[in-house]
Amino acid sequence: MRVMMPSALRSYTGAGEVEAEGDTLAALLDDLDRRYPGIRFRVVDEQDRIRRHIRFFINGEQSFDLGLKLGPDDEVYIVQALSGG
Amino acid sequence: MSEVTLLIATRKGAWLLHGDKQRRSWRVDGPHFLGHEINHVMLDPRDGRTMVAAGKTGHLGPTLFRSDDRGATWKEAARPPAFPKTEDGEGPSVDHTFWLTPGHADEPGIWYAGTSPQGLFRSEDGGDSWSPVSGFNDRQGAKKAAGGAQEGTPDGPKLHSIIVDPRDKKHLYLGMSGGGVHESTDRGATWKPLIQGLEVVAGFDAANIAFHDPHCIRLCPSNPDRLYQQNHCGIYRLDRPSDTWKRVGKAMPSEVGDIGFPMVVHPRDADRAWVFPMDGTDVWPRTCPGGTPSVYSTRDGGESWERQSSGFPAGQVWWTVKRQAMTADRADKIGLYFGTTSGEIWASADEGGSWNCIASHLPEIYAVEAVTA
Repeated sequence: MRVMMPSALRSYTGAGEVEAEGDTLAALLDDLDRRYPGIRFRVVDEQDRIRRHIRFFINGEQSFDLGLKLGPDDEVYIVQALSGG
Repeated sequence: MSEVTLLIATRKGAWLLHGDKQRRSWRVDGPHFLGHEINHVMLDPRDGRTMVAAGKTGHLGPTLFRSDDRGATWKEAARPPAFPKTEDGEGPSVDHTFWLTPGHADEPGIWYAGTSPQGLFRSEDGGDSWSPVSGFNDRQGAKKAAGGAQEGTPDGPKLHSIIVDPRDKKHLYLGMSGGGVHESTDRGATWKPLIQGLEVVAGFDAANIAFHDPHCIRLCPSNPDRLYQQNHCGIYRLDRPSDTWKRVGKAMPSEVGDIGFPMVVHPRDADRAWVFPMDGTDVWPRTCPGGTPSVYSTRDGGESWERQSSGFPAGQVWWTVKRQAMTADRADKIGLYFGTTSGEIWASADEGGSWNCIASHLPEIYAVEAVTA
């Protein structure tokens, strides 16, 4: 499926849009980490909590559920939520 | 003498300042990791080329970067410090790695890291992959003591001042900004508190280790039985085998006080040490006392203190110096360096006798280390 990357993660992917696989959001993140080692820990912590300034949008809808089911035609945006100076 | 390089960690990246042999002119190398909050950059003195930097960004979680060529190129660590995942998912997560310490000279590749929330981690492969030191992180009451984002100090309590006794690789010390000083004699398997003689904020129980807030602990390389400590409640010295700290800061001028963050010791003279006091009155402004920056130096183990402020502005100065942001080189006449919260680097080539600003307009400075070629 298509995954859109925020600028903060393009040092890993080299591109703003990548292809990855997974039947859940968690599985998608595992696949991204295989392709781009280290990327998962930057967006999800060791207790599987989504980091405070990261958001996931699937087909335009925000989700905080790593167990969310995904299909091959879904479109996932990983978004950095700016705050502070 | 050898050329000195300063490793500067800031709120927005890292810089290296390369000095000439006279420590008069400095060449700027950076920014590295622009936009990353870099809490510490350290060189491995055992090989003289491995460097580790602790970073995170405003959005992304924490990580570490490694260099095998003294900072020319960097690569992210394969497995940065992280707590074990708990079944309920309510366990701690590393917000940032705060402190880095290369291991004993006889243990190449071993590094230690302190995090916020307060955890101790060890690497056995030169900082590429890290594991929790369970003897510390899992000890009784540790989960409560580690502290979360809303506990302890406002940016999260820090595990800091990880010290390896140069005579004994199994002998470790560390400080917890919320939790006191701890000592291990079995390479981190077991720990005991080392807080006797330390004061806490008035009205609280000094026997409760949670109320202890060491800011920076240093061991004297020339006498590893002597430690100095800048604490939330004063400046202390400890001479082992005694377990009782002595508040040597009582000899500081009363109008300045003995509150501050950094502590610097002389590499070859255990009676010499330096502090940078800050204002710890009423609401704790944490600025130069009276708006007048001053380094204080002792030549007699803290029994007396001498003001060293030649070269500093005379007044209306309101920055301060954080706990990792003051250090010394190892030259015959040692150089002293500190970085300010307003992004200036100040240097002295004569052991604090006179000071020059050698860099300015950097982001807020978190840490300064001095290494030689």
